[in-house]
Amino acid sequence: MSLWEYANPVKFMALSGRVLPVLTIMSAVLLVAGLIWGFFFTPDDYKQGSTVKIIFLHVPAAMMAINAWVMMLVASLIWLIRRHHVSALAAKAAAPIGITMTLIAIATGAIWGKPTWGTYWEWDPRLTAFMILLVFYLGYIALWEAIEDKDTAADLTSILCMVGSVFALLSRYAVNFWSQGLHQGASLSLDKEQHVDNAFYFPLLVCIGAFILLFFTLVLLRTRTEIRLRRAVALANRRNSHG
Amino acid sequence: MKSLFLRDIKLAFRSGGGFGLTLAFFLIVILFVPLGVGADNAILARIAPGILWIGAILSCLLSLDRIFQLDFEDGTLEALATSPLPLESIAASKAAAHWITTGLPLTIIAPLLAYLLQLPYAGYFWLISSLLIGTPALSFIGTFAAAVTVGVKRGGLLLSLLVLPLYIPTLIFGAQTVIRATISLNPMPALLLTVGISLFSIALMPFACALALKVNLK
Repeated sequence: MSLWEYANPVKFMALSGRVLPVLTIMSAVLLVAGLIWGFFFTPDDYKQGSTVKIIFLHVPAAMMAINAWVMMLVASLIWLIRRHHVSALAAKAAAPIGITMTLIAIATGAIWGKPTWGTYWEWDPRLTAFMILLVFYLGYIALWEAIEDKDTAADLTSILCMVGSVFALLSRYAVNFWSQGLHQGASLSLDKEQHVDNAFYFPLLVCIGAFILLFFTLVLLRTRTEIRLRRAVALANRRNSHG
Repeated sequence: MKSLFLRDIKLAFRSGGGFGLTLAFFLIVILFVPLGVGADNAILARIAPGILWIGAILSCLLSLDRIFQLDFEDGTLEALATSPLPLESIAASKAAAHWITTGLPLTIIAPLLAYLLQLPYAGYFWLISSLLIGTPALSFIGTFAAAVTVGVKRGGLLLSLLVLPLYIPTLIFGAQTVIRATISLNPMPALLLTVGISLFSIALMPFACALALKVNLK
């Protein structure tokens, strides 16, 4: 039995129906545990005081903002190559979640930036890149909304996602060329050269795990809603044509 | 392909629209800047490279929805799609015709408008080169976005929303070329990156464009 079996909407609904409650509970538990650990059981930073604790929202949201786009790209490619409807619907479902994560990252960044940098907003490459990501999401969602035929919409948004990914990546590095920034480098790395302290590292990992699970929970939920919606529309159409 | 290319150019000239309107729009954008920010020559000279590039991009945007719209509505595009000419060539030819009727005139008129904006003398050569090299990228990327939105009724606004984010790298590298020249930095790296974006777009966008056209014509 191959993975592609689950591209069948019926099988997908059955499996996701069983997985969803587990995922929901796990992401809720992790989120609560990670945030409580991060907010109340970590020391204050010697320079930034307790403002540093917004990192437990900021970093996971920013990571998921980018990863949601990557997931959309993968789902779009699967749709273009193998024509699995669930894949196209998952890409559609991920976009509003991605844009929400982008907004959370920008908002928490602004709240964090005021006490540490003295400004809510600065035209720093990383901040600007997120603003650019936001407009890419807006264009993608607008295209889904504008086209009535579902398959045409899936095709065109997939092509846009593919081309957009290339240009989003180009923009990401173009803004580095354009200006030097205030934002620090990566907070996490596997080789431990440049790294936050362990006291922050472990709760941060829990929060990131929680956001990843939360993302999958929401994508599954939205995909299921979309499939049900299509079924309802199809049933209504059938009834109308008979009646 | 050649006849298609010439036909598009002729149509753009005859309709009296495309060509002249684009330049008029560019002129108005440039006129608006001193009216909006004040007639301070020092400030104008500083922001001139960016304003000229943004003005060129906005003017380019105006004529994008004409690339396929009329041909799509009267069925010409379907006829073309069934001809032996591959869709990729049709897309490339359309993009090239768009560049001849917008990018090129914009580049030619830009130095004149740059003078009005007090662009420092060191910037002129780089302004012309960056526009000459960068505007083909605008046409080829724009043709792709036009192909995506061709089936959408009154898709002009949607087209802008889709295409402007794709223009960001071109804008950054193009404007940086001119800015660097005016502040005595070496503009070559930025110009070379503009060349890169342009060649990349010319080479690959016709394929993405053909893919989008196929979806819209089925």
